[in-house]
Amino acid sequence: MSSEQEAESIRCLVAKVGLDGHDRGAHVIARAFRDAGFEVIYSGLHKAPEEIVQAAVQEDVDVLGISILSGAHDTLVPKIMDGLEEYGAKEDTLVLAGGVIPEEDREGLKEDGVAAIFGPGTSIEETIEFVRENAPQR
Amino acid sequence: MTMDADDESLLEALLAGEHRALARVISKIENRSPGYRELVSELYAHTGDADVIGITGSPGAGKSTLVDKLAEEYRDRGETVGIIAIDPSSPFSGGAVLGDRIRMASAVGDMDVFVRSMSARGTLGGLSTATADAVKAMDAFGKDKIIIETVGAGQNEIDIVRTADTVAVLVPPGSGDDIQTLKAGILEIADVFVVNKADRDGADRTVQELREMVHLGEESGLAGGSGGHHGADVMSSGNAAVDETDDEDEGWTPPIVETVATKGTGIETFIDELANHRMHLVDSGTHAEKVRQRHAEEIRTLLREDVHSLLEDELAESGGIDGLAEAVRLGETDPYSITSDVLAPVEACVENLETGPREDGSNRE
Repeated sequence: MSSEQEAESIRCLVAKVGLDGHDRGAHVIARAFRDAGFEVIYSGLHKAPEEIVQAAVQEDVDVLGISILSGAHDTLVPKIMDGLEEYGAKEDTLVLAGGVIPEEDREGLKEDGVAAIFGPGTSIEETIEFVRENAPQR
Repeated sequence: MTMDADDESLLEALLAGEHRALARVISKIENRSPGYRELVSELYAHTGDADVIGITGSPGAGKSTLVDKLAEEYRDRGETVGIIAIDPSSPFSGGAVLGDRIRMASAVGDMDVFVRSMSARGTLGGLSTATADAVKAMDAFGKDKIIIETVGAGQNEIDIVRTADTVAVLVPPGSGDDIQTLKAGILEIADVFVVNKADRDGADRTVQELREMVHLGEESGLAGGSGGHHGADVMSSGNAAVDETDDEDEGWTPPIVETVATKGTGIETFIDELANHRMHLVDSGTHAEKVRQRHAEEIRTLLREDVHSLLEDELAESGGIDGLAEAVRLGETDPYSITSDVLAPVEACVENLETGPREDGSNRE
């Protein structure tokens, strides 16, 4: 491997927002992404939308995976999307949502700019495949 | 060197203080995407104002927490902060989980603390170059303090923290014999020692051991920031360095600071010592020497990388590394013969250059 080669790697932020302490799913995804060769930044628990936006912008991630199991997705996700827009990062960040998100809310989230929603039962391979295919080319 | 229009506007946006542009420039540096060299080369003109601090120590020593508190204190003093947190990546998948951010809670919601996580990406020598370039980007952006945080294990990390003006080494209490093992690599690079978690048992002893080690190091001429020999250094700096026995030493005795990062204890003393070291560097003229050494290292690394990629091409022309390795395995030849065969055309070229008529190096690249 030449050190001069372009060394591009898919960068992901795995984020937990709001008052929801269930991070097993986020951990599993973070590790699976790592094993798939991605660079994963994990936000830690109980983050505010602004913190997620700050991290996504500063780390210049290709993919933002938001894990929400609190049911507050309708308030938290739009805040994140607005924040990304403010810094001009909404267009070329692939935003994914995971966790317990009812069928009837999904359309609304997609309109906000979430590219895909992975509910319980999604296979890891499926998620990784989706990221590989859809990570923005910059 | 010329840049394309996109990079031009990216550079302008960075200089104008757009966070996203800074983030994007660092990505370009990390990815070594086309045009990044021109970009960094343009950045140089805008650098030199930031104070660069390297923080290293064994895993779990409390680096991230300390860096977080450091950033908080600097922000309270009205200074902007950039942080580069380096985590190792898996040599197998190339993937990495960069977790330092989790412990940097004070930086939250404050865009003037710019935290960037980086991983090694399997390119061993490359990371120190990428780090140095990312520091340049933050410097040009206008950050007052730039903190590089990395696990202190191995030459690679030592190269990374060397890009800093002042290096702090964290030692957890009760390290005991570990201090002995730290000795070789770490003593030379430490400008400040920090015994973090100083409220734990064994902290006093660790401080004591460090103190002995620093003195021992001084006697054998080991201590002192850049580990270099700076000729006659007669400048007497204002700091109260004890035991200034030999003039080989630059007159800086690494202080030992006790902190409890989780509670914020000792942070101010730590910042004062960092400032003292900075002042010492400037007053004694060591700073210029250090910067010169750093640039020399940068030039060497870049040259090495370029020559390396030239050789990769040459290697491909000779049939690729796999074929050659197989030939060695079959006992047809040996690595030394192959090396001189591969290098022969390159050497011939260089010789031609030396003997041929040369106006200037216009036929470079």
